[in-house]
Amino acid sequence: MARVLLNLPRSAAKGSVIEIRCLIMHPMESGFRPGVNGSILARDIITRFSCDYDGEEIFHAELSPAIAANPFISFTTVATASGTLRFTWEGDDGFRQTETRALTVT
Amino acid sequence: MTWLLALLLGTALAQPRSGALDMSRELQALQADDSANPGMLWVQEGEALWQRPEGRAAKACADCHGAAPASMRGVAARYPAWDTASGAPLDLAGRIQSCRSQHQQAPPLARESEPLLALSAYVGLQSRGLPVTPPEDPRLAPARARGEALFRERRGQLNLSCAQCHEERAGLRLGGSLVPQGHANGYPQYRAEWQALGSLQRRLRNCMVGVRSVAPAYGAADYVEIELFLAQRGAGLPVEAPAVRP
Repeated sequence: MARVLLNLPRSAAKGSVIEIRCLIMHPMESGFRPGVNGSILARDIITRFSCDYDGEEIFHAELSPAIAANPFISFTTVATASGTLRFTWEGDDGFRQTETRALTVT
Repeated sequence: MTWLLALLLGTALAQPRSGALDMSRELQALQADDSANPGMLWVQEGEALWQRPEGRAAKACADCHGAAPASMRGVAARYPAWDTASGAPLDLAGRIQSCRSQHQQAPPLARESEPLLALSAYVGLQSRGLPVTPPEDPRLAPARARGEALFRERRGQLNLSCAQCHEERAGLRLGGSLVPQGHANGYPQYRAEWQALGSLQRRLRNCMVGVRSVAPAYGAADYVEIELFLAQRGAGLPVEAPAVRP
């Protein structure tokens, strides 16, 4: 399991804009670099990040080999109703990580 | 007093200046925001390791030291310090190692390994904002003097000393990059170049290899001596661990 830092409010006023910041520990090996013995290191990147708000996708990003290690993604959404935010990172070699956070809307 | 003496000899920096002040605004923002600073990923790992029992003694760091925010406050600011048991100065990672072997009876962690960096980052974080305060222990003086000699010794095929860049040419540019004064107040630190957290020893090795000299192995006494001198030289700067640098 990769370490993840998620930063979002636990509660928000209905209709307000909330900022969500996600940082994940990942090498993002580009697949173009030679290793110590001169052979090319296999690509190992996160290819897709998505965020679901109560089952509905509100944000997704496609990541490419040019993105640095430990990608940081920040986006905003409108707090419409109390529910669960589910964050999913998918990548090479079957990498898949999911985190959930509850959001209370008042 | 030693500071004044060094000033009279014309060797001290007029005013230590943290490398953070000369970074791009983007990197400064990255360091300042704990939800964006990638070093905090290692801190999070370190926090988990702090609670985890290890070794034959099956003791966690927390079993002796309690909650790190209280017990470890100010610790990173005063390391390297004298270790009575081994009769030598130890840096923070060395102290974690010795604690591990003596009290946890656990096998040593490799220098630059992820768990050791994580624990160092977690302990370092507890001193954030406090001034670097090297101990005035007279037993440290010979090692510190050796560290200063190493700092001023020309080395490698390029025949450069640390001081030639980081004192005489600090603030000028090497290629496109600003030459910083080279203070050690943010370690372990996240370098964009490494795309990972690394220790001061790793950074020292970078420069040593850069001037094409032979870098001693990790954990060598030379590094701790230079670290001692650097702490003295940057005394008073705020601890920034885990810092972000280009």
